[in-house]
Amino acid sequence: MKISFPHMGYSYIALKWLVENMGHECIVPPEPSKRTLDLGVRYAPEFACIPFKILMGTYLEVAEMGAEVILTSGGRGPCRAGYYWVMHNYLLQEIGKDVRVIAFEPPLDNLKDFWKKLRWIRKTGGLSVKEFIGVLKVTWEKIKAIDDVEMRSHEIRPLEIYRGDTTRALWKGLEMLDQANTLDEIEEARREGLKLLENIPRDDTRDPLKIGIIGEIYVVLEPAANHYIQIMLGEMGVQTDRSIYLSAYTRNNTIVNLEGDIFSKARPYLNEAPIGGHGVNSIGETVLYAQHGFDGVVQLAPFACIPEIVAKGILPSVSRDYGIPVLTLFIDEQTGKAGVQTRLEAFVDLLQRRREQKAKMERLVV
Amino acid sequence: MARVGIPHTLAYFLYYPFWKTFFEALGHEVVVSSPTTREILDLGVEETVNDACIPIKIYHGHVASLLDKSDFIFCPRLVSVRRHGDFGSETFCPKFLGLPDLIRLTFPKAPPIIDTRIDLKQGKKELESICLEVGDKLGNSHQDSLTACRKASQVHRQFLALLEQGKMPPEAMEILLNQAQPVPSQSLPGGLSIAVVGYPYAIYDPYINVGLLNMLAKEKIKVYTQDMLSDKILNREARELPKSMFWYFSNRAVYGGLHFMKKADIDGIIHVTAFACGPDSMVDRLLEIEAHRRNKPYLSISIDEHTGESGVRTRIEAFVDMLRYRRDKT
Repeated sequence: MKISFPHMGYSYIALKWLVENMGHECIVPPEPSKRTLDLGVRYAPEFACIPFKILMGTYLEVAEMGAEVILTSGGRGPCRAGYYWVMHNYLLQEIGKDVRVIAFEPPLDNLKDFWKKLRWIRKTGGLSVKEFIGVLKVTWEKIKAIDDVEMRSHEIRPLEIYRGDTTRALWKGLEMLDQANTLDEIEEARREGLKLLENIPRDDTRDPLKIGIIGEIYVVLEPAANHYIQIMLGEMGVQTDRSIYLSAYTRNNTIVNLEGDIFSKARPYLNEAPIGGHGVNSIGETVLYAQHGFDGVVQLAPFACIPEIVAKGILPSVSRDYGIPVLTLFIDEQTGKAGVQTRLEAFVDLLQRRREQKAKMERLVV
Repeated sequence: MARVGIPHTLAYFLYYPFWKTFFEALGHEVVVSSPTTREILDLGVEETVNDACIPIKIYHGHVASLLDKSDFIFCPRLVSVRRHGDFGSETFCPKFLGLPDLIRLTFPKAPPIIDTRIDLKQGKKELESICLEVGDKLGNSHQDSLTACRKASQVHRQFLALLEQGKMPPEAMEILLNQAQPVPSQSLPGGLSIAVVGYPYAIYDPYINVGLLNMLAKEKIKVYTQDMLSDKILNREARELPKSMFWYFSNRAVYGGLHFMKKADIDGIIHVTAFACGPDSMVDRLLEIEAHRRNKPYLSISIDEHTGESGVRTRIEAFVDMLRYRRDKT
């Protein structure tokens, strides 16, 4: 069976391995391009959010490439993302594409359905339970290793002396991870990838600005959707920390995970959780970033994203109370790279000035 | 004795009789903002976070107009009104969930906001404890609150019964609360029937939909809405869908739409949707596809702060002409 899945950041490397090793043929989704978006915009409802449109375009592209089944995730709402697969199925049927979207709903809500789908995938691929668990384990390690390497690259990029070194090293590292097939090989590729990054000529005397990136999961994770914002900021000399990583649930070295209950941080501002998507997280994470001495926060959200609009309405008070500037970028099909860049440059200038002024005040006090 | 301000929008159209009865039974005065006007909309547009949809902006406008007229603003946090949906997790649009906080942060000088959490999927006793909580905030005894709650529930049942007889909520409220005489329907026997589905605050607010229902009434068309159907009829439609939506009002609109599509005596469906409404981007396309499959005429009217009457009128007239033509042909 030819299986495909949504493109989200670098996770496709691990998911490709997963599908291939389950005994299926993998149609690797192409990185979302102008064409993907155009296709998506043509068929998706006008006010669907940008992830819906990009996924619509991706599904049409993989259907052209011969995919028969697309695996994705469901959800219990109230964010629209949980309903995507139903609408995508409707639309694909209307267009007359012979491809089926199968969604995994949260296992806690419907365990039976979850197992049934897993079992179906395993059986059609011809794997035993033990092999299947082994494959899942390797995939998970791969996801973690990819996140490790990417995370480190965002720390090193602002220090690089020659622009582009870090991104090139990151690509090499990811390629090595792509080739790795066993737990040992993954561990080795991970170490090699990190070493590549460490060996980049860099200037450690710099004291880069620190910006936290929060917002809706898809536009935060998919560089093609957010115009490579982390690379852009890195090359402006800014260290970025992203609030969402696919492997974040299990790690405890990210700031967001250090503090435990993110909802309790947001409670003084929004006394209800969850409100779907990452709406409440955005508020709580802004508080956390402020407490950890970050210079600013960039909120990324698709145009008309409901939970993030609520968060945006509340963030000005958080920003005032904690003294942390917040820049909200709503992304839609009209957003251009130059527009994002200009706004980010202005924001970074503002943060730089703030920092200088603060230092001046401190000197005066001393 | 306090003045409780209730905004004349969002959940007002379905739950006003309940809360009016409740507050008045406790001896409070209920202040309702005037029906939506240009001024209210402008007030709302000024105050609200700029990416919000028009109903949320209008809600802010209504609250702004109530600020100096009331001692409390009644803005409950609507979380759920029943256990429904594939995981029993049906709720409201995230903007409803965060509404009391948005209001509080937008209007720092507002009178105390009654933001009781309404989450009825918890169980049968939940409504009573909500009423007790609201009563506590207003300084009423538990005994009084319970009595008022019972009285209000009774009025709500009468209200629902009137809706099921085919009355529009504003008319049903007049009959129930002001003892107005029911107006006989003007529709002609054998005339066109159209189902209007959408959110109560989009259908029944003549300002935001520029008098859509009046236009239809003038054409002597019998209008049905999803609120005239009982929950039992609506929920039957849930089985038709691969998965229920997550939002109460959206589910009602979808189920209502699906129900009316199957009825031979309904000539067409009109879906009223608000510009940039998140859930509606799904609802609208789903209904459009289903209507197309069932060969039922379907019109989607999108409304925003710039909607002009003539634009909507033109589209309605064209739609009605098309329906008449269709009917004559068969």
